[in-house]
Amino acid sequence: MFVNQFLFLGAILFCIGVYGVVARKNAVLMLMSIEIILNSVNINLLTFALRNGSTDGHVFALYIIAVAAAEVGVGLGLVLLVYRNKKTISIDDLSEMRG
Amino acid sequence: MNLLASESEVLAPLVSGWFLEHAWLIPVVPIIAFALIILVGKRLPMKGSELGVLSMFSSLVLAAGAGYQWIQRTNRATEEQFVEPVIKSWSWWRSGGFDFGIGHHIDGLSILVLIVVAFISTLVQIYSLEYLRGDRRYTHFFAALTLFSGGMLAMVLADNMILFLLGWEIMGLCSFILIGHWWEEDANSRAALKAFFTVRIGDVGLLVGISMLYFSANDWTQEHLGVSGFSIRGISAWALSGAPNSTVITIAAVALFIACIGKSGQFPLHTWLPDAMAGPTPVSSLLHSSTMVVAGVYLVARLYPVFFVGLDILGGGGNLIVVIGGITIVISAALAFVQNDIKRVLAYSTVSQLGYMMLGLGAGAWMPAVFHIFTHAFFKACLFLGAGSISHSASHHSFDMKRDMGGLRKVMPITFTTWIISTLALCGVFPFSGFFSKDEIIDNVGYSGYNLFMIIGLVGAFMTAAYMTRATYLTFFGEPRGASVGHADHGDTHDTHNAHDAHDVEQSHGPHESGLLITVPLMILSVLALSSGFLNATPFGESWERMKFWVEPRSVEVVEETHVGGPGESLIINLPSAEEVHSKSVCGSAQPETGICYAPQLNHAPFKWLKAMMSMAIVFLGIAISWILSTLLFTKRAPRLVGLTQRVKILGFGHKLLVNKYYLDVLYEKVIVRSIAYPVARAAYWFNQNILDGILHAIANSTRKISGWVYKNVDQLIVDGTVNNSATLTKSLGTAAQPTQSGKVSQYAALLFSAAAVAALVLVIINT
Repeated sequence: MFVNQFLFLGAILFCIGVYGVVARKNAVLMLMSIEIILNSVNINLLTFALRNGSTDGHVFALYIIAVAAAEVGVGLGLVLLVYRNKKTISIDDLSEMRG
Repeated sequence: MNLLASESEVLAPLVSGWFLEHAWLIPVVPIIAFALIILVGKRLPMKGSELGVLSMFSSLVLAAGAGYQWIQRTNRATEEQFVEPVIKSWSWWRSGGFDFGIGHHIDGLSILVLIVVAFISTLVQIYSLEYLRGDRRYTHFFAALTLFSGGMLAMVLADNMILFLLGWEIMGLCSFILIGHWWEEDANSRAALKAFFTVRIGDVGLLVGISMLYFSANDWTQEHLGVSGFSIRGISAWALSGAPNSTVITIAAVALFIACIGKSGQFPLHTWLPDAMAGPTPVSSLLHSSTMVVAGVYLVARLYPVFFVGLDILGGGGNLIVVIGGITIVISAALAFVQNDIKRVLAYSTVSQLGYMMLGLGAGAWMPAVFHIFTHAFFKACLFLGAGSISHSASHHSFDMKRDMGGLRKVMPITFTTWIISTLALCGVFPFSGFFSKDEIIDNVGYSGYNLFMIIGLVGAFMTAAYMTRATYLTFFGEPRGASVGHADHGDTHDTHNAHDAHDVEQSHGPHESGLLITVPLMILSVLALSSGFLNATPFGESWERMKFWVEPRSVEVVEETHVGGPGESLIINLPSAEEVHSKSVCGSAQPETGICYAPQLNHAPFKWLKAMMSMAIVFLGIAISWILSTLLFTKRAPRLVGLTQRVKILGFGHKLLVNKYYLDVLYEKVIVRSIAYPVARAAYWFNQNILDGILHAIANSTRKISGWVYKNVDQLIVDGTVNNSATLTKSLGTAAQPTQSGKVSQYAALLFSAAAVAALVLVIINT
């Protein structure tokens, strides 16, 4: 079995996700990028699980999916509240915590 | 006798009972009551006095119960059987191989003294309810009084010398507190200090004696009885076993007797007792009749085998106890003649009576001496409480017989009657109680071969009769003088012994009889002063000597026999059995061969009416001469007698000697204290000023210099510098790190991921 292709796919997706988190200004797009990062990790876990013939990786992947769903729920709720108060969802306008 | 001593014979088993087994409760109750009075006494309706009275009464009930059961125990035993004391002991603490026990040792002697102490204490506390009403330290007075009795009770039933010492010292402390009860007056606190320190001098002897006995007896007692060398039972058996070295036991006995001299006011340490009159009258009464001063006599009676062997008591010739007792009888009786203070007369009479007890113990008259403790407690307590009654109700708190008393027999009939009964008991007139004890002592002293001391005893009896007649005459007969005349003059000229007492308005209307709380204890005590002698009435024959049967330990050799029970059970019973007939016991005179002796064999003088008549005649002569002289001197003012001491030089000298108490106080305070304490104090002062202060100043100066240097260099530079620098550093670091806190989420994310990347890189490098 060729694991390389899967690992490359995971690495590429991870980099796309990191770029999205760092570069994007839209809060919803940042959340989506975080989802991409999590899924790239899932791919890695499943790849190694298949290769080693154990089910641990599958279990972990399922957990991550469940946690990601919860995280998106909370994150979108926050975004909604921010929009209500500021009428914008641009991350650059939310810098009140500057030291 | 041989037939009886065969194997099958089982002696009557000794009965015991709840009260005997739980006798340790007797002192525990007052000591708990003391703590309660101190803690909550002031909040109670009667200011804590009810706790004191109640606890003493419960002790009395417990002691009486134990006494009843002890009598049953002795009655069941046969004539030649040694009645084992009821001993219970627990381990108190252990330290390096020493095992200090705590427990009780109940035999006839301790039961007798327990009952006397609990009884007198109860009456004195009831009396104090009235006498000290309104006193500013009412609660504390009752607390100390209760602890005082508790200490005496603990000492009396102690089963070992450590507990004995504890009770002894509790009493010393409480006597200090009570004598100095009105410490605002300088004289009172001085008297308290004097009592405390004089007794302490004797206590050194007690400590020395106890340690000597422990170290010399411990091996023997562990081997033969399995008890430590502190145990009173062990010491008694050891002393009579023939094992002790005669020098060691003699020195130990002398050391212990020094403690008795201090505590029981024997010559030459008797000087604290009359001064102890500074305390409230109930205290004097308790202290003189049953608690404090009896402790010394009790110690001799308790460890009698040690004194018996150590001082060779029946060996003929004079021994230390007899000599001291004899001297004390005469010199203190002589001092009583020149006192004007009624309480001081009684104090010297106590000293003299204690001399009788010592004389009896020293001459082998154990039983009469112990019986004299018993009878003396009642009549002396009655006399003191009577004196208190007079000062409380008739003489405006004065105790001066010549100035403020006289003719009181008409206004105070109850006090007068009880006083007369007790005086006759004190003088030893038949059939009052003193006759049965004091006369027995004198008789036995003569019978044991101490003829000189028998004469001294008779002279003492003469003098006792004479000075008590003088005191009685001055107080109750003749014309009223001073405060007892009746018109209420509230001058401040009176003696201020009781000036702190509350003055009830009704009491200022001249002399009158005291209230019921005072007269009832007086009446009870006088009835006992009249009748208690019949408990050991030697003149009426053997069957009347109940006290001797109950109290005197039978001097038989105790042989431990082992009986093995029937099949299936191997019960081992140790029963004491008589080895020989009572009168032929070797105890005390030779080494016991097979068994153990607990009490020496003593002689008992056969009673002769002729001798009793003779001493009675001497007493009546004393009363008559003193009466005539008192009438002439104090009422008729006969010109030949008044001022006799000024005219005749030799009499004047004697009078001066007596008034100054043989200059013993001068000797102690001016010569001994000054020659020892003053140079010591001066040297200590010099040492303090020059050496100690010099060292102190040098240390202070150098400390100051060092601390200045430390302040400049260490504190300012290093400590403060560190603190300031770290603050500056933190500030600059903070300023430097400030830009990273931009508030931009993207930037944070970039930092996070770059940090993660660096961490991943590090991980990869480490793993490869």
